[in-house]
Amino acid sequence: MNLSFLIILPLITAIIILFVKGLKQVRTVALAGSLLQLALVFNLLFQYLKERTNNTAAMLFQYDYNWFDSLNIHYHVGVDGISVAMILLTSLVVVAGVLVSWAQETLSKEFFFLLIFLSLGAYGFFISLDLFTMFFFLEVAVIPKFLLIGIWGSGKKEYSAMKLALMLMGGSALIFVGLAGVYYYTFSNNQSFDLLTIAQANIPLLTQKIFFPFLFIGFGIFTALFPFHTWVPDGHSSAPTAASMFLAGISMKLGGYGCLRVATYLMPDAAHEYQWIILLLSTIGIIYGAFATMMQKDLKYINAYSSVSHTGFVLFGIGMLTRTSINGAVMQMVSHGLMTALFFAAIGMIYSRAHTRMVDQLGGMLKVMPFISTVFMIAGLTSLGLPGFSGFVAEMTVFMGSWQNADTMYRVATILACASIVVTAVYILRAAGKAIMGPITNEQYNQLTDARWNEKFAAALLIIAIVVIGIAPFWLNDLIGSGTNTIMNKVLMILK
Amino acid sequence: MLNDFLILMKQELVITVIIFILLFIKVGSKDWKNESLLKLINILLLLNVVFSFIGNQEGVLFNDMFKTNNLISFEKGILSLGVFIISLSSYSWLQNHKHVAEFYMLLLSTLLGMFLMISSGNLLLFYIGLEMSTIPLAAVVNFNLDKKQSSEAAFKLIISSAFSSGLLLFGISLMYGTTGTLFFSELPQTLTGTPIQLLAFILLFAGFAFKISVVPFHLWTADVYEGAPVAVTSYLSVISKGAVLFVFVSVLYGAFKPLAATWYNMLFILSVVTIIVGNLFAIRQNNLKRFLAFSSIAQVGFILIGISGSSQAGTASVIYFILIYVFSNLAAFAVISFISAVTGKETIDDYKALYTTNPFLSWVITIALFSLAGVPPTAGFFGKYFLLMAGTGIAGSKGLIIWIIIAALNLIISFYYYLRVVKAIFMDANETPIEKLSIPLLPKIAMIICVAGVVLTGLFSFIYEYIFSLSSGF
Repeated sequence: MNLSFLIILPLITAIIILFVKGLKQVRTVALAGSLLQLALVFNLLFQYLKERTNNTAAMLFQYDYNWFDSLNIHYHVGVDGISVAMILLTSLVVVAGVLVSWAQETLSKEFFFLLIFLSLGAYGFFISLDLFTMFFFLEVAVIPKFLLIGIWGSGKKEYSAMKLALMLMGGSALIFVGLAGVYYYTFSNNQSFDLLTIAQANIPLLTQKIFFPFLFIGFGIFTALFPFHTWVPDGHSSAPTAASMFLAGISMKLGGYGCLRVATYLMPDAAHEYQWIILLLSTIGIIYGAFATMMQKDLKYINAYSSVSHTGFVLFGIGMLTRTSINGAVMQMVSHGLMTALFFAAIGMIYSRAHTRMVDQLGGMLKVMPFISTVFMIAGLTSLGLPGFSGFVAEMTVFMGSWQNADTMYRVATILACASIVVTAVYILRAAGKAIMGPITNEQYNQLTDARWNEKFAAALLIIAIVVIGIAPFWLNDLIGSGTNTIMNKVLMILK
Repeated sequence: MLNDFLILMKQELVITVIIFILLFIKVGSKDWKNESLLKLINILLLLNVVFSFIGNQEGVLFNDMFKTNNLISFEKGILSLGVFIISLSSYSWLQNHKHVAEFYMLLLSTLLGMFLMISSGNLLLFYIGLEMSTIPLAAVVNFNLDKKQSSEAAFKLIISSAFSSGLLLFGISLMYGTTGTLFFSELPQTLTGTPIQLLAFILLFAGFAFKISVVPFHLWTADVYEGAPVAVTSYLSVISKGAVLFVFVSVLYGAFKPLAATWYNMLFILSVVTIIVGNLFAIRQNNLKRFLAFSSIAQVGFILIGISGSSQAGTASVIYFILIYVFSNLAAFAVISFISAVTGKETIDDYKALYTTNPFLSWVITIALFSLAGVPPTAGFFGKYFLLMAGTGIAGSKGLIIWIIIAALNLIISFYYYLRVVKAIFMDANETPIEKLSIPLLPKIAMIICVAGVVLTGLFSFIYEYIFSLSSGF
């Protein structure tokens, strides 16, 4: 299968959107494009599973085009299990995001154009095997976020948009320094950005020690590494619903994927060297995020801060450097992406009807909009790690893997991180109890309507994925296994 | 001999012919209407662009005084293209101006001067070209005839360029005194790095730094840019800066190669200071012309990084960046020039909520600003990062990694002020936004050319590869 279709299709969709008129046509095109993309991704999934049985290469469906010959920059794409899982996540969130924004009246053409364009960046990022191309797609995904939040957002949107853009740009700048370092200091001549080529060569230890922090922190900013997480709460809560879903569901995963695929995979020595810093920061992130969530009164802020806590598990799992914990980190990326997209969708649905997101102003939503409230509850229960949903599986795997790291301090960190789940339960149940259950606090709420077909469809799509992962995690585990194995084999070679 | 002369100096001759056509039109008895005159001039300039890019040959004339090769012809082509775009986009401004023919005569003489400067094989011809490109420029800076600010700007320009010319001449004479030659090709063999040669080199360097407004020689820039008509501002910031940069690169890699260790350190210090000062001042500007003036100072700081790189990659990245810079800066100036000519509004506050009334203009200036900020998929992304890469990997040894880190962090600051304008256009509320404007054909063509250039120059790698292959001569 030709992977380039994954970026050509969104590109075509985006261009068609520019030429059609009116909300109805625009959203139809966007939905058709994203559904086609979903079908394409499922096709990729099955083809990948089939191909993998008789092809042991690390990356399948590779295509290599010499883009900038003199700098040895290639458009080199290929997928392994991890990328396929991320691409699947992206396509699900995109479809759900388009459906949730079905009634986007103001500047609908620009809105959907930017949404699709953002997804293009994400797809390109996940399939790239050339570091420069990867960086290119990473930055492609930044600017749409700025515009989406700044134009269609709510609250202090300009501030949030600017903060997000600048912090992510800062991350990109660090990443670029890291990439340039890897490029020039790995090979003395015939320098290359090619991920597989660099992975085969062992980067000199000093180079690793200098440039690993740039790459890890750079990608870490994208995935809310403490203390660079401050853009997350503001950005997520100011963004329009679909943009929040994209931000938390897709965009933060770019960072986690980069931390794993680029920083850890290419520089395992340095990852081992700086392991304690990564674990320290991510543990702080997990606990700080959880406690900060308890103080929030705005539903979006609750989910945004809990995202800081949950993506902390991704970095935590990566930092532990065991086979199981990295598996768990990838599963947590997928799970968190689905869960948080669902959560933001539910919050968006409530907000568009009740016109408030404040927990203490809401109440009794279950009585007036049972479907949306159920969706909200499912997202909440996934978030607190109830068995049967994806959150439990992912976090469990991270903890299991972390415990395998026998160092005492790391075990203490694991216990601390584990304990944050209790806090999660507190804030989720408290928010749900106040907003969803209980008496109706405002008489106007009696007139509110329940979800429409598009919202139901979007929620169902995400819930199905969450439940499937929850009850049959071995599918996901099996899918990503080959990818994490490649990374771990390189890491374990160092540790021995 | 005559044949050689006709072929090798083709680009200069075409411009001279255009200047003479304008001269005859001006002194002729027939009274031309501005519209038809402008159309004729734009057609002539289009022909000039076409002639610039085709049928160029390599060779030298006048005992090595004048040299040309594919790279030089290509550089001249970029400048011709830039002048054509500026001419298209200043249509609305010149439409009602009394002295259209004079404007173009002066402008094209400066272009001719730049061509001679780029082609010069000798410090004297270089100096003549430089002066020829500066003095008429002061006259066109004064072309908003009823504005006091405009003549003030012209005065500032002429004073500061006279000063920098003085430095240059002093440097040239010292250089001649210590080496006994003024030919670029003979300088490397005679330069040994004695103190007096270094002094001469530093004076020359300062002269260059004035022209490309490197900090601390930048003080004239903002005032002149603000006072001059927008068309001239764009010419100053893109064409004349680009031309001097072209020469700067070739001179550093060619004539002053033996002093590389010296100029590497000078470039490092100047570039860091330039980037930081340019960025910090750009944040505070409200007038768009001043804003672009300071942002262009910061851009030059980035170009200096590319210059420090190994000769081929460094040259290629600088020329590539200037090509992109021509498109992106001129796209921004095309919008500013048009809006300024029609409404007289030039500040960021005036641009608030521009998107509600003029979506086309908003997108053009936004894409231009994204390219200047280095956001993909615009070409500015490639241009900027290729400069940084050229600076990281200088041949033989490695570049200063701290330089790259400082530059990369400054990208964030520059990002902030470019996004500030985007924010004003798209997100801020405004009770009296600029009314809906209908754009005449010629400025519209200019904007479309620029946007196409901004998008395509990056994604289609053959343009960079072509420049890279041309740069191998150094």
